[in-house]
Amino acid sequence: MDITLKVNGTPHAVDVDPRMSLLDLLRERLGLIGAKKGCDHGQCGACTVLIDGRRANACLALAVAVDGSEVTTVEGLAKGDDLHPLQAAFIEHDAFQCGYCTPGQLCSAVAMLGEPGPSAVTDDLALDPELTPEEIRERMSGNLCRCGAYVNIVKAIAEAAP
Amino acid sequence: MKRFEYARAGSPSDAVRRFRPGTMYLGGGTNLVDLMRLGVAEPDLLVDVSRLPLDVIEPVGDRLRVGAAVRNTDLAADPLVRTRYAMLARAVLDGASGQVRNMATVAGNLLQRTRCAYFQDVSRPCNKRRPGSGCPAIEGDHGNLAVLGASDACVATHPSDMAVALAALDAEVHVTGPGGDRIIPMPGLHRLPGDEPERDTVLEPGDLITAVELPAPPPGASTYRKVRERASFAFALVSIAASLDVGSDGVVSGCRIALGSVAHVPWRAERAERLLIGGPATGAAFLEAAEAELDQARPLPRNAYKLPLARNLIVATLEELAP
Repeated sequence: MDITLKVNGTPHAVDVDPRMSLLDLLRERLGLIGAKKGCDHGQCGACTVLIDGRRANACLALAVAVDGSEVTTVEGLAKGDDLHPLQAAFIEHDAFQCGYCTPGQLCSAVAMLGEPGPSAVTDDLALDPELTPEEIRERMSGNLCRCGAYVNIVKAIAEAAP
Repeated sequence: MKRFEYARAGSPSDAVRRFRPGTMYLGGGTNLVDLMRLGVAEPDLLVDVSRLPLDVIEPVGDRLRVGAAVRNTDLAADPLVRTRYAMLARAVLDGASGQVRNMATVAGNLLQRTRCAYFQDVSRPCNKRRPGSGCPAIEGDHGNLAVLGASDACVATHPSDMAVALAALDAEVHVTGPGGDRIIPMPGLHRLPGDEPERDTVLEPGDLITAVELPAPPPGASTYRKVRERASFAFALVSIAASLDVGSDGVVSGCRIALGSVAHVPWRAERAERLLIGGPATGAAFLEAAEAELDQARPLPRNAYKLPLARNLIVATLEELAP
């Protein structure tokens, strides 16, 4: 099936099998290997990208179903040699070890910082809470890090938060 | 993954018109795409209904109409849901991850399948996946499966948090299909397994959920609590959606209790509710009601822990809600 996508600002027209995931399209067809295939079941977050500005598991999205969308991957976060503030904060705080989960952590955190409303750990649902470490941990629970770099990931996100 | 055709519906009636045996509707895909990858779901045709204009939340008098394609994130972030239907906002926020909630729809959440390990493993028998093949969970790994309303054919649980809150809220599920439009009151959408565990719901082939309508919220305090093995991004062991209204005389005038992850359906604890209404709002009364409800349970060896867990959760939640 013919679909069109804008990925990191670049338009693409591709012919895909309906079975192809957005993740496989990015990695195998468009050569964008930043988004990682961890579990391929939506449980680890390594494949997290932004679809029309919202974070999503690219492994669970069929490419045909996101026809016409704008996708941002980790490759699209920096502006040339200028790192995104979150990328800089991850380096500053040593927020990774092996790095496999990092593209997903970064995309997830970028979108998370723009997500309004309460989370499961917010006491008063009527208020938009401050982004405490507890809030960051809850909001980032869809991104696993097998190296256990969570402590520094939370610090990096807290520093980059507006 | 088995080959399939893909089509995008232009309207709800177009979706229904396209339906033929072997068709499945695609919402956010967070469960269905995974099941297709596992070989559990093998549709011949996917009709994508995720972009239908059913993504609106709107007040209708003192009720709230939630479109079937509203994303879980948007439901929990809606100002009216956050303030008037706190138990629903909490239940949605307690489910899955930020990424999954961004993709998952209201209708898809209701129609997600059990996470029973045997159902998801095509190399094993499962009466829900292959009727008549048997249920290895009864002798095997049933640690997080049903203690209420199960049958000899199936001990699966419904995994949704959101559905538990909708059951407590007396939500109505609006459906269109080949047989016309109808309204199904929760918790009546889901059914107990009996000897047809392959049927999760009372929906007929081709039926499409178009909206969920919430009546005015029950008076009194309400909340949703979820007990799970880790603090986030895990299915419930037991969960509860509850509301409690107590008069100035200390007598319970209204009470709703629904339990999650204990049955094939979001389990409305009607026996406990009946016992509580008109009685005192005391810890002893809460305990008596919880025990009466759970007297119906038929636990298996490795999920009997859910009974004291559910009992204590009911009592603790009602104590929290009591003035």
